[in-house]
Amino acid sequence: MKNPIGNLNKVFDSRIRVGVMSILMINQEISFNDLKQLLELTDGNLASHLINLEENGFIKVHKGFIGRKTNTTYSITKAGEKAFKDHLEALEGIIKGMNKG
Amino acid sequence: MDHPSPTNESLETLQDIRRMMERSSRFISLSGLSGVSAGICALIGAYIAHGWIIGYYGGITVRGGDPGSVGRHGYMHDEAEGLKWKLIGLAIAVLAAALLSSTFFTWRRARKSNLPIWDVTSKKLFINMLIPLIAGGFFVLGMLYHADWDYVAPTCLVFYGLALVNASKYTLTDIRYLGFLEIILGCVSMYYLHWGLYFWTIGFGVLHIIYGLIMWWKYERGAGV
Repeated sequence: MKNPIGNLNKVFDSRIRVGVMSILMINQEISFNDLKQLLELTDGNLASHLINLEENGFIKVHKGFIGRKTNTTYSITKAGEKAFKDHLEALEGIIKGMNKG
Repeated sequence: MDHPSPTNESLETLQDIRRMMERSSRFISLSGLSGVSAGICALIGAYIAHGWIIGYYGGITVRGGDPGSVGRHGYMHDEAEGLKWKLIGLAIAVLAAALLSSTFFTWRRARKSNLPIWDVTSKKLFINMLIPLIAGGFFVLGMLYHADWDYVAPTCLVFYGLALVNASKYTLTDIRYLGFLEIILGCVSMYYLHWGLYFWTIGFGVLHIIYGLIMWWKYERGAGV
């Protein structure tokens, strides 16, 4: 039999990265601070996960300004959307498979 | 079954995802008690306004026996102006009381569930609610400017209903139905203009209280709020 967790994406092992992706799936664009507030994280912790997602090409970073303050916003890429949907399907597959057995 | 299996982990992840999606797109701390308190403010306001209006028209009937007097005509006009400003003042006071009390209950609920009251979701809710409300506000002000009072109650109801329908995408979906009811009530009241205050009272008072109680029963009863 096939490995049941073989189709899961390693990048989404982290709950934080899954959280970021879930939020970006339905919010076109969201700022660093809003993400931090929604996920209840510290700056450093969130930043490292965002860099990881960016390096994988799953999210896009836009650096902007509100007055003089920097305002960094994030959005999902096509590749990110596909990877996350595949990951969700794999999760669903696992649950369905277990119910059958 | 107590060991972490791939199934349990997958289920947990999916629940996490669902929670995050919901939490980042909808403001869920809206309290049913906010609706009840706003409704009570509206009822009190309507009761006071009703008393003033009855008093005003009662006064006219009493003086009705002397219609030709020019001086009296001027006096009546002043009195109508006075009533107008009194009612506008009352409307502003009712709105302020309703906003303050409903914000309080929602703030309390957000605090109890450890959620921020001013975040990305409440901002969205606020802005989307405000668009039809501001348009409606200018509409009503325009009517007052043209001294046309007849359509104020229907206009308030219809624009408020549209605001709720618009806002329902960003909070509990139930307020969509409250919005529909307000719109219907507003449209019907266009044809019963003399009953404007009664329609207004049903829409802003009674419906708010019923809706608030249902919401409280549905979402908050068990939470000890």
